[in-house]
Amino acid sequence: MPAEMVLVKGLVKVYKGTIKAVNGVSFNIREGEVFGLLGPNGAGKTTTLHMLATILKPTTGEARVNDFDVVRQPGKVRESIGIVFQDPSSDELLTGYENLKMHALMYGVPGSIRRKRIEEVLELVDLTSRRNDLLKNYSGGMRRRLEIARGLLHHPKVLFLDEPTLGLDPQTREHIWEYIEKLVKEERLTIIITTHYMDEADRLCDRIAIIDHGNIVVLDTPERLKRGLGGDIIKLCSKSPNLSALGELPYIKMVEVSGDTVSLTVEDAGSHIQEILGVIGKVDKVELRPPTLSDVFLKYTGREYREQEGGGQ
Amino acid sequence: MTELGGLYAIWEREVRVYLRERSRVLSSIVSPVLWLVIYGGGVGAQISVGGLSYQTYIYPGIIVMALIFSSIFYGASIVWDRKVDFLKEVLVAPVRRSTAFMGKVLGGATDGIIQATIILVLAPFFGVAVGLHLLLVYAYMMALLVGLVSIGLIIGSFMESSEGFSLLGGFIVFPLFFLSGALFPLTGLPEWLLTLTLVNPVTYGVDAMRGLMLGTYRFGLFPDFSVLLLFALVMVGIGSWAFNRMKI
Repeated sequence: MPAEMVLVKGLVKVYKGTIKAVNGVSFNIREGEVFGLLGPNGAGKTTTLHMLATILKPTTGEARVNDFDVVRQPGKVRESIGIVFQDPSSDELLTGYENLKMHALMYGVPGSIRRKRIEEVLELVDLTSRRNDLLKNYSGGMRRRLEIARGLLHHPKVLFLDEPTLGLDPQTREHIWEYIEKLVKEERLTIIITTHYMDEADRLCDRIAIIDHGNIVVLDTPERLKRGLGGDIIKLCSKSPNLSALGELPYIKMVEVSGDTVSLTVEDAGSHIQEILGVIGKVDKVELRPPTLSDVFLKYTGREYREQEGGGQ
Repeated sequence: MTELGGLYAIWEREVRVYLRERSRVLSSIVSPVLWLVIYGGGVGAQISVGGLSYQTYIYPGIIVMALIFSSIFYGASIVWDRKVDFLKEVLVAPVRRSTAFMGKVLGGATDGIIQATIILVLAPFFGVAVGLHLLLVYAYMMALLVGLVSIGLIIGSFMESSEGFSLLGGFIVFPLFFLSGALFPLTGLPEWLLTLTLVNPVTYGVDAMRGLMLGTYRFGLFPDFSVLLLFALVMVGIGSWAFNRMKI
């Protein structure tokens, strides 16, 4: 049993000879870890995931999952993983139970435990009562839950979740998160999540790699990433802020101005806010909050708006 | 075991979905019956072939027609599977692509068998008694179906849209049908027409069915079966290759 469940070294994917979707990515994931791949659209998250799942062949570089090479032992890798795709990939004309049964057969779950295991995963995602309904009568959230159950059915070592809550309403997202947390506890899985929702990554992941333009720009625990910003965030609304005075305060790490709003990253902001308000001049509104992963994300990936690139697939 | 389980899983899914869509089953019966009743009845009012009523004569050929249409257009299911992303679930499973392909083929062939069975029940109304040869009829249909369903799936694996599929499917279905001798005997045909008919594998399916049901062969049971078997094997080979190159 390898302590490192996923090993990635210098992974590169080039499309059509020129488009570099993934540009030399390296990371390791320990057994039982929840690992997040975070990045803007088209950053290379899904491409990385697909290479690990043997759906795409890497152009160069190496990756091992459950100690199997993704290029040389794709069959072994596929048996070791469960995948929940970004888009629903279950059959609408089959019932929930039938979808799971089909999956069990294709993944060689032995007949003696098939039924019991299907009931088990249905129970895990609270779909036991809907097991005999056709999938076309499921809501989006139910369908996602069924696919999570399906991904778990064959006892995979690693579960891939590609944007698990994309397009779901807040209540449903909250639910899905609870299910994921539950199965981390109960099934002791290694999980890789791609997402561009910061709250999702912050809540679920043990470690996060922020990926942009095909490169990992930073990799750490959510806590350390946030602490790495060097302080809390203070937002001020001010028509004519005294910016030069602010620049002289040593505990202000960063100053950003957009329109009437001044954003400051401040060490130990609570005890310095009095002083800041004293020097900045007339202020209409003040907001003080601890840093979020969004602040981290924006720091590393920039603020400019991006057209969606087609590199996601 | 995984391969066998996968084969069964994919086959079962295809058949379940087919039976669940009653309208699909029903509509696949309607046009053969219209051909038999209206076309067969209309043309049959004027002519008969070798002592048989025209309706009786074309009955085996109309069954084959039903099989051609349903098998080729069954290939559109692969376009649909891709569109709704269900194909991903199948293609990332640890089963061989050729297994996935064979599961689809057997599923489509079973759909065709179900459809043919319904038309066979109507045989007495068209003066046909299948009787003792029923098992052979099914064996020949199965061989023909495997070949035809494979063609449909091969086209489907190359097609991005169902519109494109219908267009290409139409180009394939009609020559296969009209050049199979389903509607007329092969005797006394102009040279070019005869040649085209002889290179069409479906012709041998029609010949076998007509022989088994009406007792009139042009080639005989053994040559017919040889051609159909070869046809099925070649198409399965090409189909496995086509599925292997398919991107998710």
